[in-house]
Formats: sequence, C-alpha cells, structure tokens
Amino acid sequence: MSLIEQVEKQFETFQILSEDGKVVNESAMPELSDEELQELMTRMVYTRIWDQRAISLNRQGRLGFYAPVAGQEASMLGSQFALDKEDWILPGYRDIPQIVFHGLPLYQAFLYSRGHFQGGQIPEGVNVLMPQIIIGAQIIQAAGVGVGLKKKGKKNVAITYTGDGGASQGDFYEGLNFAGAYNAQTIFVVQNNRFAISVPVEKQSAAKTIAQKAVAAGIEGIQVDGMDVLAVYSAVKQARERALNGDGPTLIETLTYRYGPHTMAGDDPTRYRTEDLDNEWTKKDPLVRFRTFLEGKGLWSEEQENKVIDQAKEDIKAAIKKADAAPKQKVTDLIGFMFEELPHNLKEQLEEYKAKESK
Amino acid sequence: MAQMTMIQAITDAMRTELKNNENVVVFGEDVGQNGGVFRATEGLQSEFGEDRVFDTPLAESGIGGLAIGLGLTGFRPVMEIQFFGFVFEVMDSVVAQAARMRYRSGGVYNSPITIRSPFGGGVKTPELHADNLEGLVAQAPGVKVVIPSTPYDAKGLLISAIRDNDPVVYLEHMKLYRSFRGEVPEEEYTIEIGKADVKREGKDVSIITYGAMVHSSLKAAEELEKEGISAEVVDLRTVSPLDIDTIIASVEKTGRAIVVQEAQKQAGVGATVVAEINDRAILSLEAPVLRVAAPDTVFPFAAAEDVWLPDYKDIVEKAKTVYNF
Repeated sequence: MSLIEQVEKQFETFQILSEDGKVVNESAMPELSDEELQELMTRMVYTRIWDQRAISLNRQGRLGFYAPVAGQEASMLGSQFALDKEDWILPGYRDIPQIVFHGLPLYQAFLYSRGHFQGGQIPEGVNVLMPQIIIGAQIIQAAGVGVGLKKKGKKNVAITYTGDGGASQGDFYEGLNFAGAYNAQTIFVVQNNRFAISVPVEKQSAAKTIAQKAVAAGIEGIQVDGMDVLAVYSAVKQARERALNGDGPTLIETLTYRYGPHTMAGDDPTRYRTEDLDNEWTKKDPLVRFRTFLEGKGLWSEEQENKVIDQAKEDIKAAIKKADAAPKQKVTDLIGFMFEELPHNLKEQLEEYKAKESK
Repeated sequence: MAQMTMIQAITDAMRTELKNNENVVVFGEDVGQNGGVFRATEGLQSEFGEDRVFDTPLAESGIGGLAIGLGLTGFRPVMEIQFFGFVFEVMDSVVAQAARMRYRSGGVYNSPITIRSPFGGGVKTPELHADNLEGLVAQAPGVKVVIPSTPYDAKGLLISAIRDNDPVVYLEHMKLYRSFRGEVPEEEYTIEIGKADVKREGKDVSIITYGAMVHSSLKAAEELEKEGISAEVVDLRTVSPLDIDTIIASVEKTGRAIVVQEAQKQAGVGATVVAEINDRAILSLEAPVLRVAAPDTVFPFAAAEDVWLPDYKDIVEKAKTVYNF
C-alpha cells in the first residue's frame, strides 16, 4: 500500500445513521434524551424553512447578502448543539444558523444580511463573532481564541467553520498549526459541500479527504457524514471533550451539500452541477433520514413538524418587522464605532456630518 | 533618570506594562528565550514566564490571528513582526480584521493590540527588512501608526500604545535602536498618541518629519543655522492620525515648510501632510510645501543605500529652495 493510501485509510467516513434512517453504528450513538433529539429535529426543520423564506425575502429585496444553507442543517446545527453556552463560535459567511441558535436574535441576522451595524452588535454573553467574509481569517482567529480560553483556564472551546475551498487558504493551515503548537481549545470544522462557488473540491487539492490535512498540523482529524446529524453531534462532542482534557484541537470534515446556489448574488448552480449529482445528494437529505429515525422511535409526527414550520414562519415575519423598524444608519453612527476615543480627523468629520444630518 | 538607548527604552516600556497588567502578553518569532533578534524583549521571558512572553511558529498571519483571538478573550496582546517588510503576510489581520473589529461589531468587540515592528534603512539589511511601509497602514481606518525617534518618546509612546484599546502599529527604526542614548525616566509615563513634538524651534522654515529623518532634519537645521536660516523641526511621532494643530501652528509661524520622509515619494505620509497644510494654511504660505523623499524605486540593494536614502544634505537643499522661492 502506498503511503498516501495508508494515510487515506485513517480518514474513513464516520456515520451513525444511514440514508434510510437506520442506526449503523450503535456503539457510537451519542447520549441524547428524547427531548434533545426532538429539539435537534426542530432546529433543522426551522432552519430549512428559514432558508426558504430568506431566499424569497432576498428575491423581494427585503434581505441583502444571503448564502443559502439548505442541505447543511445537520452539519451546522448538529455541531452547534454539542456546544456549551459559553463556547465561542467564529462563523464563516454561510454559518448564520449556528450563531442564531447560539443566541444572536434572528432580526439581527436579517440586519446583518441587509448591511446594518445592529446586525453585528452581538448581545452580551453571546460568544460569537460576526460572520467572516475573508475566507480563512476565522481559522487563525479561532486558534487565538482557543489559546486565550486555555490561558484563562476556561472550560470552553472555540469552534470555527469554513468550506472545502477555504481549506486551500494559507490561514487555514496556519490556524490548525498554531492551535496544534499551543494545544489550543479549538475545533475546526470544514463543511465540504463539494463546491467553492463553481469549483469542485477535486480542483482544490489532490488530497482525497480534507480531514487528512490535520496530519500537517499534527492534530486529530475526522471525516464525518455531514448529512447525519447524530454523527456530526457526536464528532464535535468528542472533539470538545478532547480539547478540554488538554488533548488538543481537532479538524472535523463534514461531507455535505448545498441544495441552493452559492449566494443569492446571481450564482446559478446549473452551470457547474449536474442534475444527477443534485439527485444523489437529495437522497441524503439530513431532514429525511433523521425524520425517519425519529418516527421509528415514535418521537416525531407530521403534526409536530407543521407546528415547527408555522412557528418558524411566524418568527421570521416578526423578525423582519423588527429589522424594518431599525433606525436608518447615519455617518455619525459609523464614525462613533471606529475608536474608543476619536482621533482628530474623525472628531472633525463628526462635526461636519452632525451639521449635515441636522439640516 | 537613566541614560538609555531606544531599544532599552522599548524593553523598559514592555516590562512596565507586563508588570502593570497581567493581561499584557508579548509574543512573536524569537521574542522568548532569545530575547528578540534585536534584544527588544531581552530578559522579559525569564522575568514574567513563558505564559506571558512566548515564541510563535514562523507565520506572520497566524501571529495576527493569535493576537485578535487573545484580544477577544481578555488579553492585551503585544505582537512582534520581526521586520515590517513581512507585514504583507499579515496585512489582512492588521488592516482588515483588527482595525475593523470595533466598527464591524458596532462597538461590542475591540482589538487592544500593539503591533511592534522594526524597519528603516542605513544598516545594510538584506532584502525586505528596511522598507518604509508606514504609508500602507496609515491608510487603514481603525488603526493608529506611531513612529518614535528618541528613547524618551519610544517609552512613553509604547506604554500609551499598549494601553490603547484600539490597534496601534508601533514602528521602530533599526538605525535608531542603538545609535545614541537619551534621558529616560525610570518610572512610568505616557505620551499621548496623535501628538507631534517640536524638536527644535525656528522661525523661517518648518521641517515636518518622523523616524530617522528627525535626526537628519536636526542636523540639517544646524547647517541651515550657519547660513542664517532658522529651521523648526516638527517630529510627528504619530503618522496616523496626524497632529494637525502642531503642524499648522508651525507653518503659520514660519510661512514655509518642507516634509521629510525616508519612504519613497509615492509612499509614506508626506503627501497627506502637504495636503493638510494646503487645506488649512495656504494663506500663510510664502512658498509651496516641498517634499524630501526617496526615489520611487524598490528599496535599494544594501550597497546602494548611501546614494538612495534621503540625508541631511537633501534636506538643507530643499529647505533653501523653499526659503529662496
């Protein structure tokens, strides 16, 4: 066996639920109560509806920048569900669901989408950063937060997310490597949805898995079925325990798919994806398989699902209304957020714009 | 008072703040046991421990991310970029991340980071060690840029930089590290960031400058004095934001000004200083404001530094041109 084959063998896909909702890895089953299992499903359904509504609101011009998430619910919400309230999340631009379920109010997520400063004003006690646009920057920052938590003796971790394309960035490697060198309390998640806009993952790297990139940093790496919410939850839970035991950071690759376009800014996936591939991944829908699993246990019904859908729609309506009510931004607001104490040039410009705004 | 070189004053400032605030952490390539490639952090690790003063892997971008992450978890990072020519590796962390942290979070988060880095010509360093890149960071909203020229200024400004709750790029000219000693109080003191200092009073022409060019300008002023021209030397000390009041007061007094920088003419902050003077004191000007700067080439091969770097003779000549306009 070649060296490369030997390495790849170490990164076989971790799965708990099969595509038809059967438990295929009983010994790895995470300990979750019935209520927790239902809560996971609730969040996934809620997010699917939110994604549909966000796409539609974007088309109506009532939302701005939006990166669709349908298909990635298990990867996003299963991972966040394994966190403690005080853990830090450093999201990428697509990772809004994680920070919302970590405590960012939905209307603020909508304001972020529209480009309003209130979208970034994270409530106190909610340990999340604003979505990161520079792909890879969140990775080196998460290494830093993980070092900081360790230095402060906190029993918390930092978790950060990027995509398959992001794993080609220098900051991706530097972040993993720094975290490894300092034994940081950090979890790195790569959501491999097979495409970076139009570029397939095969064009990013000759490596057969992204998880094996952990080897370059000397840290743990695991590839997970990212359409399997229990496998994702379990992998993050274990990575968290490992970090808090002082056993270092982990790289988790979730194999997932986005059913929608890259963003709502004119991307058309039919230009680079085949119908066959879409169909193949539709069969793996994280909601379908978890619904089957829960129904088998008598924990989920159509009625419950409809209740979640109605709740989601109602919340979204209320959140958009609240976002509409946010005050219009003024240049004097923006100046005010630049520094703790304004330097000379900004003091001068503040006066200029104050006068302009009072006209 | 003690007689210190600039590098000793810098070490003293870091020691003072490491002592004052347990959240101050100092890190970078070789800053720990080795005490830094210029001995700027000499003795700090043995005094404060590896938890406070530590080495990093060799990756500037990672160092920037580490600083931002530590800043978010309650620390006050003092990170070193071994030579400022390597800032390109960490530009995103400095100008696109740390500098924007407070703004993009609507005031919720901040980056209380000090970025220390040596630069500057005259000591025949290899490629990309000495480049004057302050102009790049001075253009970034959200970051302050400080360049001391004396041991006294170096200590007071570094303590202020470390205490500032927003990111400060603190650039240390390599030629000034050990070229002379100056009086430095042993106790702690601060110098306000954004405040220039008149290093020599004069009435005929203002020489507005920073970094190693402060000393070339002082030498030029002595030469000019012999010819009956009284030059006032204004040391900017902070190149972003500029101390407009001190600059304009000097120009209004003398009616003539030159701006002196070591950076290439198309770089640095000289053009901004000229523009501010034109905006605010044109009625006081007896002559245009001229600039002394390096040629617009890549920083010279080491053996060509002498013919390339601006020196006091260039300053004398330009000051006379303005004086005789």
